Amino acid sequence: MPKLLKAGSFTGDVWQRFDGDAAPIAEGDALLFPLPVWLARRDALLARDASRTGIWLNGDEEPDQIAADIHRFGCIAVNFPTFMDGRGFSCGRLLRERYGFRGELRAVGDIFVDQLHFLHRCGFDAFELPDDTSLDTARNCLEAFSVHYQAACDPA
Amino acid sequence: MYLYDDRDRCLLRERVRQFRDQTARYLEGDLPEDQFRPLRLQNGLYIQRLAPMLRVSIPYGLISASQLRRLAHIARTYDKGYAHFTTRQNIQFNWPQLPEVPDILAELAAVDMHAIQTSGNCIRNITSDEFAGIAPDEVEDPRPWCELVRHWSTFHPEFAYLPRKFKIAVSGSESDRAAIQVHDIGLQLVKNAAGALGFRVYVGGGLGRTPVIGEVIGEFIEPRHLLTYLEAILRVYNRYGRRDNKYKARIKILVKAWGAEVFGARVAAEWQHLKDGPNTLTEADFAHVRQFFTAPAYAAVDVAAAEATVSVCAAAERAFARWLERNVRAHRVPGYCAVVLSLKPVGVAPGDVTDAQLDAIADLADRYAFGEARVTHHQNLVLADVRRDDLPELWRALKAQGFATPTIGTLSDIICCPGGDFCSLANAKSIPIAEAIQREFDDLDYLYDLGDLTLNISGCMNACGHHHVGNIGILGVDKKGEEFYQIQIGGEAGSRAALGQVLGPSFYASEVPRVIARILDVYVQRRHEGETFIETYRRVGVEPFKDSVYAKAA
Repeated sequence: MPKLLKAGSFTGDVWQRFDGDAAPIAEGDALLFPLPVWLARRDALLARDASRTGIWLNGDEEPDQIAADIHRFGCIAVNFPTFMDGRGFSCGRLLRERYGFRGELRAVGDIFVDQLHFLHRCGFDAFELPDDTSLDTARNCLEAFSVHYQAACDPA
Repeated sequence: MYLYDDRDRCLLRERVRQFRDQTARYLEGDLPEDQFRPLRLQNGLYIQRLAPMLRVSIPYGLISASQLRRLAHIARTYDKGYAHFTTRQNIQFNWPQLPEVPDILAELAAVDMHAIQTSGNCIRNITSDEFAGIAPDEVEDPRPWCELVRHWSTFHPEFAYLPRKFKIAVSGSESDRAAIQVHDIGLQLVKNAAGALGFRVYVGGGLGRTPVIGEVIGEFIEPRHLLTYLEAILRVYNRYGRRDNKYKARIKILVKAWGAEVFGARVAAEWQHLKDGPNTLTEADFAHVRQFFTAPAYAAVDVAAAEATVSVCAAAERAFARWLERNVRAHRVPGYCAVVLSLKPVGVAPGDVTDAQLDAIADLADRYAFGEARVTHHQNLVLADVRRDDLPELWRALKAQGFATPTIGTLSDIICCPGGDFCSLANAKSIPIAEAIQREFDDLDYLYDLGDLTLNISGCMNACGHHHVGNIGILGVDKKGEEFYQIQIGGEAGSRAALGQVLGPSFYASEVPRVIARILDVYVQRRHEGETFIETYRRVGVEPFKDSVYAKAA
């Protein structure tokens, strides 16, 4: 089980990925819908409350496909298929800066602690990390630099 | 040159702390090798054939005397007493020990140096013209722009895991000395009809296994939009560049697949969102960075007296006259010149220097050149602001240190990668080939008669020795475990950038000097009065060279 790092601590997780595109959808669960599922069943899913509705995006998927609905999601998870695949960094910035997403932006998949600082600067505020991750190391990595040379998704 | 402030120093301290922690976790087994790999690479640390190799950044080739002394100290203390200047204006140490690398980084940080992004799939060191700020044909000094791009690209959070490495070069002169058309992005400073400054932007150039000349996608990008435009290019590349095959992952492959027009349109569309955003440059940014690149306190040199001094020495010493002709370059300020220090004496790997030589260069820079030196992509050094009346004295000092080989710009001024002697990627040795050619063509009168001629050698198709853009290019290839050399001609790195054409089947190492001799014979026989090698090649084509090289012995 991966651990969820959020606001500097490991926390419990209410979100789960919705698997199986034809399966019935439990009304009370907080679900992350893969983009194709969202696009196929959008009309029905629009009725759900944002606090229980999220999106699971792959690095190679186009975030502009959810731009119009962006405020209907409580959480967007961006998947990194391998830690060398940096597309998710651009995806994070687009979701935050271009599409104005204000909910939880979660980095999932094959990421590791030494990427946390850059992920955070690309707008991510929640991170699924391997179970054996040390909190101290994760915190240090998150705050690796206090000086930045370019504008990105930094808190005002 | 750019001077660090408290923020810059803080960033370097944090970097050293970060890498010390990463190295410790790796050595303790807490950080797996595959995850440590991109981290160490983005800190310039390769695992080489014999030992790790640490590549230290020299931003656009500018280095101070105190930094040179620190490099000398590192070579002495942590290495075997020497270092190697690269074709991207950086310096490499070939024998550091991994556990000591954090200490080396701390030593570098103390003189405002680092190894950040000197390797890995990120934006690498920005390179430029070694005669920036002093060249008579300069439109605008590229150094402030290099520094702005360096700042923006350093630890850019979005672009640390690109599909592949990414190299940016900037030229501010009409004559391109930074090879900008064979970079992932080439920036050419231009002035429009109204006299306003802007950038012509080339993308998708590069060497390696698929050599490509870059194409223009932005004819005139205003300076304040430079960084947002670069960010748009990088974002399009990061999102759509191929990641399934590392040999097809450079931006040039994407530009070719889409076509430059489509690629340019995608960039323009992305840029519409970024333009005028927070990374837009302001007049205050320009003013801040320009203050670091003002002219040094030039003396009012008595030009007539200085020329008399130079003439007297040239008349008395033929060797000085030769050096003056090949190694001294024009300067925009009367009474001053730029002096190229050759790192290509016969028998030394091109670009190699000892710790004592690094110290000596620092002393000479202090004494004759306002305490600064520059690294060239030809793997030589330049003292950029030398009084002409100091030339005789400087020449004697350079001669004593082995830097006065009077062959700059000639056949013997070879660009050469470390090759199979050091590099784990190489298919063949390159340094011994360079040496064999230098020994074969050691007659200065012959070299001067041949005139300007570039000869570049790479030990494998990654092309670190820029063989595609040498007037004569040599590529080491491996055939069933044996080393062979493929020879091409007609390449050029400057404003008329061109890729060389392969002559035909490759040769044994021992045959290479003879083949070069035949190529040169064709040039000498066919040239018109005053024509350089590349001009003759353009006129007569590749056939006469092929015919001669592969002619059956009668």
